[in-house]
Amino acid sequence: MTAVAVSDLHKSYGDFEAVKGISFEIHAGEVFGLLGPNGAGKTTTVEILEGYRKRDHGEVSVLGVDPERAGLDWRERIGVVLQQDELYPFFTVRECVELFAGYYEQPRDPAEVVRLVGLEEKAKARVKTLSGGQKRRLDLAVALVGDPELLFLDEPTTGFDPGARRMAWETIRSLRALGKTILLTTHYIEEAQQLADRVAVLRAGRVVALGTPNELIGAAPATEIRYRLNGEVVVVQTEEPTRVLHELTARALSDGVELEDLEVRRPTLEEVYLTLTEEEPAE
Amino acid sequence: MRLFTHELKAQQRLFWRSRELAFFTFMLPVLLFFLLGSTYGDDEIEGVRGADYLLAGMLGYGAVSTTFAGLAILLVIRREQGILKRLRATPLPASTYLTAVLASIVLVFALETVLMITIGRLAFDTDLPDRWLSLALTLLLGSVAFAALAVGLSGLVRSAEGSSAVVNAIYLPLSFISGAFFAPESFPGFLEAIANVLPLTYFIELVRDVMLHDRQLWEEPTAVAMVAAWGAVGLVAALRYFRWEPRER
Repeated sequence: MTAVAVSDLHKSYGDFEAVKGISFEIHAGEVFGLLGPNGAGKTTTVEILEGYRKRDHGEVSVLGVDPERAGLDWRERIGVVLQQDELYPFFTVRECVELFAGYYEQPRDPAEVVRLVGLEEKAKARVKTLSGGQKRRLDLAVALVGDPELLFLDEPTTGFDPGARRMAWETIRSLRALGKTILLTTHYIEEAQQLADRVAVLRAGRVVALGTPNELIGAAPATEIRYRLNGEVVVVQTEEPTRVLHELTARALSDGVELEDLEVRRPTLEEVYLTLTEEEPAE
Repeated sequence: MRLFTHELKAQQRLFWRSRELAFFTFMLPVLLFFLLGSTYGDDEIEGVRGADYLLAGMLGYGAVSTTFAGLAILLVIRREQGILKRLRATPLPASTYLTAVLASIVLVFALETVLMITIGRLAFDTDLPDRWLSLALTLLLGSVAFAALAVGLSGLVRSAEGSSAVVNAIYLPLSFISGAFFAPESFPGFLEAIANVLPLTYFIELVRDVMLHDRQLWEEPTAVAMVAAWGAVGLVAALRYFRWEPRER
């Protein structure tokens, strides 16, 4: 089943084309990552799907509905974590979650949601006393309390320290286990690799790669063979690593030399990502 | 209706917890009334006792400081924090949210009215108003008109940091020129000319007519029309300029 379908999406702000023809589909129950550097069009795309912005061109369907024409019953079914927002500073964590729970027909138990995001101990603390990471977890709690089918998480861990990030990842994994469909934007490759079933890599308003993290690595141009010969590092990139390696070692054996520090490696997702999102030289 | 009361309760709690705003918009008019009343409560102004004259003016000042200044500042801050934007993604209808915010601030002003009338009675021996219905309608008309202006203005203020500066720069001179603190007759001609187009002038005049001169609201069509017209200006500005999303970015 398709939860989100986007085809040939375009959006400009004045002269600036933020999104230049993006297409992808998100299946129900999967975690889909939109990965890209700042300014690649991630937030614009997500905000069109959330119903905040009107598209210039293209087709969009979110839970079977066009977000531009979606009503209140559609909003019952989605949960949103915006990139920047701060809830009422004078409310406690529990009050915020209870306030939002009241907006929905069939909310989850606020106490349970507070526990799910790991804010139990802060339930009675006022929002203004929370750390940045705790505030983000509260954002997640109010996004979850309506028991949505589809969750939008716009850079949910930006600014987290590594420990807080791992905790947030655990929470997001547990949401996936609950059967939620999740659209996640991030500029952290590791986050996409850890969480997303499939990833679309965005650069300058276009999708430059789409697939599972492994497929993206698999589609990368070359395997790298490195070694040192007479003190100099030699790097060979090849699509046929078996043959090249065989020839290399055969020659080395017959010449009686040692290929020092011999290494055969696939590029990491990070390298693939950096290659994909590398800025094109200005023309 | 369930959503409305849910939101109204939250709005009330939020208002009283943000102590600076509550003090500034709710307590300050009460304090000023007490101070000014102690200063010239026993003088005679325009043929009535100073304290009675002042009470009507201070209700006008109270109306602008809660339903205009308080509401405008609160809306700008919430918009810039991203709360307004966030709410648009929930099933809470925009109209329900805005009416609850409006009802909440009108409720604050109603409490302030009761408090000021009580203080006037106890401290300065002011008369209790006897035309309650006219008074209630007058205060409601003024609150709604000033609230509409506040919603319109909030859309024009760019940043949360600047909101109280901008709003103060508007409503403090407005209160002064409109005769909230003193009789406008003692003003030089150009101030009087300005006063004659301002909504608060007419609102205070209405309150004085109802409280001091035994008039009914509906016997003062010109003043009612002036206040309503400014309310309409506010409504147009609100429809044109009000926004849910932060201005920066």
